[in-house]
Amino acid sequence: MALVGRALLILGLGVSVYGIGASLYGALQGGQRWVDSGRRAVYALAGVMTLAFVILEAAFLRSDFSFNVVAGHSSTTTPTFYKATAAWSSQEGSLLLWVWLLSLWSSLILFLTRRKVREIAPYATAVLLGFATFFGSLTAFFANPFATTANPPSEGAGLNPLLRHASMMFHPPMLYSGYTLLAIPFAFAIGALITRRLNSEWIQVTRRFALAAWLFLGIGILLGARWSYTELGWGGYWAWDPVENAALMPWLCCTAFIHSIMIQEKRGMLKVWNASLILASGTLAVLGTFLVRSGILDSIHAFGASTLGVPFVILLGVMVTGSVALIIWRRADLRSDSQLDSLLSREAVFLFQNLVLVGMTFVIFWVTFFPLISEALTGTKVSVGPPAFRPFIVPLALVLVLLSGVGPLIAWRRVTAANLRRSFAFPVAAGLVALVVLLLVGGVSKRPFALAMFCLGTFVIASVGQELWRGVRARRAMTRDPVPRAFLQLIRRNRRRYGGYIVHAGLAVLLIGVAASSSFQHSHDVVLRPGQQAVVDGYRITYVRPIARATAEKISFGAVLDVAKGGRHVQTLTTTRGFYPAQDPTLGVVGRFFNGEEESQVGLRAGLTKDIWTVISPDLTPIQPLINQGDQVFLKAMSAAAALPPAQARAQITNLFAARDAAIGALADRWVRHPWAAEFLLIVSPLVTWIWLGAIVIAIGGLIALWPVPVLARRRATSAYAARLARELA
Amino acid sequence: MDPSRKRAIRLTVALTAALLLASALVYTSFSAGRDELTASQLLHQAVPGKSYILAGTVISQQRDGSALLFRVRDPKLHVSVPVRYTGIIPDPFAVGRGVLVTVQKQGSDTQFVGEQDSLTTKCPSKYQAAAGSKY
Amino acid sequence: MDFVIVLAILAAVVYVVSAPLRRTGEAAPSPGAEIADLEAAREAKYREIRDAELDHRTGKLSDDDFEAIDRSLRAEAIEILQALDGAKAERAG
Repeated sequence: MALVGRALLILGLGVSVYGIGASLYGALQGGQRWVDSGRRAVYALAGVMTLAFVILEAAFLRSDFSFNVVAGHSSTTTPTFYKATAAWSSQEGSLLLWVWLLSLWSSLILFLTRRKVREIAPYATAVLLGFATFFGSLTAFFANPFATTANPPSEGAGLNPLLRHASMMFHPPMLYSGYTLLAIPFAFAIGALITRRLNSEWIQVTRRFALAAWLFLGIGILLGARWSYTELGWGGYWAWDPVENAALMPWLCCTAFIHSIMIQEKRGMLKVWNASLILASGTLAVLGTFLVRSGILDSIHAFGASTLGVPFVILLGVMVTGSVALIIWRRADLRSDSQLDSLLSREAVFLFQNLVLVGMTFVIFWVTFFPLISEALTGTKVSVGPPAFRPFIVPLALVLVLLSGVGPLIAWRRVTAANLRRSFAFPVAAGLVALVVLLLVGGVSKRPFALAMFCLGTFVIASVGQELWRGVRARRAMTRDPVPRAFLQLIRRNRRRYGGYIVHAGLAVLLIGVAASSSFQHSHDVVLRPGQQAVVDGYRITYVRPIARATAEKISFGAVLDVAKGGRHVQTLTTTRGFYPAQDPTLGVVGRFFNGEEESQVGLRAGLTKDIWTVISPDLTPIQPLINQGDQVFLKAMSAAAALPPAQARAQITNLFAARDAAIGALADRWVRHPWAAEFLLIVSPLVTWIWLGAIVIAIGGLIALWPVPVLARRRATSAYAARLARELA
Repeated sequence: MDPSRKRAIRLTVALTAALLLASALVYTSFSAGRDELTASQLLHQAVPGKSYILAGTVISQQRDGSALLFRVRDPKLHVSVPVRYTGIIPDPFAVGRGVLVTVQKQGSDTQFVGEQDSLTTKCPSKYQAAAGSKY
Repeated sequence: MDFVIVLAILAAVVYVVSAPLRRTGEAAPSPGAEIADLEAAREAKYREIRDAELDHRTGKLSDDDFEAIDRSLRAEAIEILQALDGAKAERAG
């Protein structure tokens, strides 16, 4: 089947190239039949890529180790769920996933617009297939997932233990869906610029895709943060790692875009800005894939060694110069139809919010690339890291939160002072009450930025609450529905507006969580023996007893911890550290276990107000002599076995493996029976759960805004206005 | 005020803000940044008692009781330095991964001593298939 | 076996992609681009009127402001509708 897979990749490439040709020919010659054929090429690509992906998935599920990627990323002992998702833990599989998702989304938009945007669509089809051609040739020629070996190994290397985490398995498809969905408004913007159809039509057809991209990217980013917090053993959820920034930059840009297009739809303003924003978002999405896939982040020099680096740089170069050239070329058509009415209007707030978001993107871009820039200029890489982000991102985030509360309170076009007072009175009062309460609590005032975030967050939540309440009241004044029904009807009839408001409230909850957990975290690094205890932020944490487990897959050492506060038992936590054997045979039969991958199981008590987070780092000093001794015994036995005739040798080696498992079991037993010391990282941080809750609220709000309005309801609303206007016309 | 003048003022304000942000960024990134040294640069420059940030790829690791001994390789030259480190080891740490660690040279010893808990790894979420086997 | 599968898929792809080229006669005429633009503008304007109404009902717009905005929005909508009628008539005629 590998041959079929490879053939499908090349067929997909052929279809893509044909589709580009047919679409462009059709667009230039006015031949609708060629344009239709080009669109069908996208459908065909989706079919072909789906088949290719199914073949790869089947190989993973069957543990067919003749596929190199399967042998490298899966094993027979890998649980089925992780076998299915291991496909995209490899470079090859993830690039195939990229093309597959792109082909699906492209088919969807082209199917939905098959009778609309007739002029723009062929160019957009060509751009989308251009991406497919690029990523398709990477999978077909540079990172072929269907490469096979004539002598398949009997067992695969297994999925990296760090990736065996539910959120990590959904994280890549979410991010890639976000990236590939961003390609759609990008492609239609290019089409609109080429054909000069720069009014709101292209925005109307791709708006929902931009919103979906924003939602998927956001979910992907948060799943990554969740994984980091619960799996990586350092206790944080965000490290300003370039890989994280790579996803955050297009997300910020996309956030700006989904706000500012509303102004273009309503007022015909900001056309240059919107076109630039989406072109930048699309480019940043490809840059994100590039950062992660090319190895450039390790060093500008490692980049030369990666086969994927050069093609990506060429693609990015084409995207940037092409975008800039298109916008300059069409600048005359991008002029605004109207002017900003007043600086006290929702438009102005959106504009300001856009500037803040673009400023954030720029800061992240600069600081992420600064080490590379300095290396290119001076030859020495400069380490910047989280401290360089904070002085910019924290104040910008505060302004952003403020604006996310102000936006919903202010009307389009203009407002008067009396209305401002009425709208702002309650939310501002709520923010001030929060300020007073927090100042009385004490301790909080030492962290002015966190304090500001708490007050502004309260302001946002209050303003969203007030808006929802007023909406319900207005609806009840008309329909006399009971409150719950009025609430549901209000949201159902104004999904974009109230979905957006809910997102704002979720963002406020999330950022309150971020501010609290980063400013008021208590972290202790202690060495404890069984029976000893440490106090962190008032919690007495006792190392009750050691635990251990040994299997052929890994050996893990851990601890049972008892958490108590004020003499009262709070929770029993267990944390373990698993040692997975390295593949290198020279490390010794037993020693291999302690020189391979290591993975922590965090002992976590998540609460609404406080998280207690614990992780163990066992001290292997006392068992090191045993490990060495075991290695020597097995080395002798192995060489003795190798000297035997083949049949006996095989039997002997089977015995030896059983003996090794027993030895590993004995090591685990030792760990449990001796009161050896272990190092613990104990963290108590407040409101971490708010981050995940906020994320869920954001996702719900995003889904509400994204959910399509039934055609019938839309038609009914439209016809009501049409009838009224017709009366006025008469 | 006529609209074109208003527009010019707005543009000036926006550009000034952008310029201020940009210069502040350049300034902090130069002042807050510390040089990341490769193995070969470290071998040439290091003097005892001063600490440096060493960056590179781990090519071997060995447990020594509570300490971890590992070698960090230069990405372009075939030079590596040994590091002795104690403290929290991030989960993603493994042979073939990129790391940053603050180290000190001690006396004339060729081994560098890592500062407690200064070891950080590059995000491991996207593994290259052959990252480990390349070196 | 593999070869047969690949050939079958290839045939299916060629069949799907070439279908419009085998079509005789032109496809249904599409509404003109100008009409599409005006229809998009009309939808946006309706939504704007709706938003202004909601803003007024939730107390964000004063009665005076609302009246002024609503009047101008309706005037703009009527303009769009007239342009749309004109474009449609031109196309039909």
